[in-house]
Amino acid sequence: MCAVLPPALSRVEIMSNSIEIKNLDLNFGSIEVLQNLNLDVGKGEFLVLLGSSGCGKSTLLNCIAGLLDVTAGQIHINNKNVTWAEPSERGIGMVFQSYALYPQMTVEGNLSFGLKNAKLPKAEIADRVKRAADILQIEPLLKRKPAALSGGQRQRVAIGRALVRDVDVFLFDEPLSNLDAKLRADLRVEIKRLHQKLENTMVYVTHDQIEAMTLADRIAIMRGGKIMQLGTPDEIYGLPMNKYVADFIGSPSMNFIDGSIQNGVFTAGDLAISLTGYEFTSGEAVDGGATLGIRPEHVITGELVSHSPYCIDVEVELIEPTGSDKLIDCQVAGHLFRVRMDGQAQVSVGEVLRLGIDPARASLFDAATEVRL
Amino acid sequence: MSSARPSRLFRNKSAKIAAIPMIVTALFVFVGGTVWTIVYSFTKSGLLPRLKWVGLDQYERLWSTRKWLVSIENLAIYGFCTLVLVFVIGFILAALIDQKIRFENTIRTVILYPYALSFVVTGLVWQWILNPEFGVQKIVRSWGWESFQFDPLYTADIAIYGVLIAGLWQGSGLVMVLMLAGLRGIDQDVWKAARIDGIPAWKTYLFIVIPMMRPVFITTLVLVVTGIVKIYDLIVAQTGGGPGIATEVPAKYVYDSMFRANNLGQGFAASTMMLLTVALIVIPWAILEFGGSRNRD
Repeated sequence: MCAVLPPALSRVEIMSNSIEIKNLDLNFGSIEVLQNLNLDVGKGEFLVLLGSSGCGKSTLLNCIAGLLDVTAGQIHINNKNVTWAEPSERGIGMVFQSYALYPQMTVEGNLSFGLKNAKLPKAEIADRVKRAADILQIEPLLKRKPAALSGGQRQRVAIGRALVRDVDVFLFDEPLSNLDAKLRADLRVEIKRLHQKLENTMVYVTHDQIEAMTLADRIAIMRGGKIMQLGTPDEIYGLPMNKYVADFIGSPSMNFIDGSIQNGVFTAGDLAISLTGYEFTSGEAVDGGATLGIRPEHVITGELVSHSPYCIDVEVELIEPTGSDKLIDCQVAGHLFRVRMDGQAQVSVGEVLRLGIDPARASLFDAATEVRL
Repeated sequence: MSSARPSRLFRNKSAKIAAIPMIVTALFVFVGGTVWTIVYSFTKSGLLPRLKWVGLDQYERLWSTRKWLVSIENLAIYGFCTLVLVFVIGFILAALIDQKIRFENTIRTVILYPYALSFVVTGLVWQWILNPEFGVQKIVRSWGWESFQFDPLYTADIAIYGVLIAGLWQGSGLVMVLMLAGLRGIDQDVWKAARIDGIPAWKTYLFIVIPMMRPVFITTLVLVVTGIVKIYDLIVAQTGGGPGIATEVPAKYVYDSMFRANNLGQGFAASTMMLLTVALIVIPWAILEFGGSRNRD
């Protein structure tokens, strides 16, 4: 049992659910892609499905959209069972990574084609196109064809095509992955603004953790067709429920040290860290094999070391300056250990550095099940 | 001297030398041959080319020959029907195969297989199939439908449609394969987007997918049209131009005039007319297609 649902911690109070996924299974032949998946998305919530490629996040999104037929289970959107409904009848709009614009039509044609097909009155279509163009600031582009647009403009038109559908649920399938870094950051902010303005439900698939952290109300981290953890960005970052999530979130990733716990003390090699201050999930200390995880940015350096509960001396092996920070590689109890220091800190290779570890900011995982202790 | 920029003529020397045989072939065989043919179409050449001018006599004779008029008419019927049907059939087959069906490779091979046969074999096979004595008509009659009649190759009015059937059977496979390649090149997300927009499949094909496949359509069009204009071997193998002159085509008229009737001048005049027809179609199209885009860029 790996999929651990988070305790109802600081979750935003939600009136009713916009999307409910119940016991969803999806098989491609004999391959089980999604297994017994349950997920509720609240009204107006921004949920990000995050995971490495092949974890089933896009598959799940396609199931919600109705582009893939599920093997078992149910999908409800706005309290209506849409498990077998056509994609166009589900009240969703979707934005794709490759934009998927209709290349032979103008931007206006792209926005209005679906509406014309649904036989909406002309005035209504014109209204909706104008409103979407207003919101996304693409009025000057309406007469152009997609080939004459930049990547960012194309993606904006793709969002516009979802917008004119006047639906409550937006699905995004890695919408920013084809854009360059600068544009990605800009459009990310725009999507967040759009969400605040429209207040509709958004489900967003990405493999980029920065995107996930910045956009999401809640993040669902997926692996092998299962949700490893579902929680707010803070929960995911601060209280990872298992080693996979802890390792996946954060860059550079968390340091792990294999050892064991005995009588409230974590030992590994010549390390013996008292776990006073660590909040065990079960409320009390557990004995047995364990992995200690601590993020590079949570290792205490500099003057504050003297106040930290536990100190070790390490030799600096490698320094990676990134401008704002310096990343230090060293060895702790036979494991590679990375520390993030201030960019102004004065260190050199070979120097002995004193580090402080605070158990309150660390994470402990069961050695066998990799679940948070 | 050594620092001077080398003459443009001698840059990329090896590439230019390698291209010489092709340039010579193009100049002397294609351009030279064409000009020579046009020139001799104004002469009274019989068995051998002779420079004895007769002005437009060969053309006047050509356009008053019933066989030529029938040939032109046949080519028009055959060409128009092939063009329309081969695209419709080829595209529908490709669209059907594109539905993630089982045994796709087998079916694709079966449909493409006729294209691997020469026109001579195709012509013979369809001559037999359409033969009322032992072909389709015989089989249906033996099932008990005694009055069934299907003998296009023996009815002058519709004989060209018998040839058309064979041509379609042979040509559809290639069009299907090209169309299938085009369909596979369409981003799957476009299909998904259309489904979310609630656009029915046929409309997606008609208004989104087919316009996106324009380059494939143009390539296919060129291949199909050249195949139509030069149609000769299928006729010879299947009907020999008969019954009577019912299935004559221009290419066969040219061959017959030159090598059977020993009337080179008449054959040259006919082939010049064919060239003129093709040029009348191709040149305006080329100007539209390429000339326009040069101005735009």
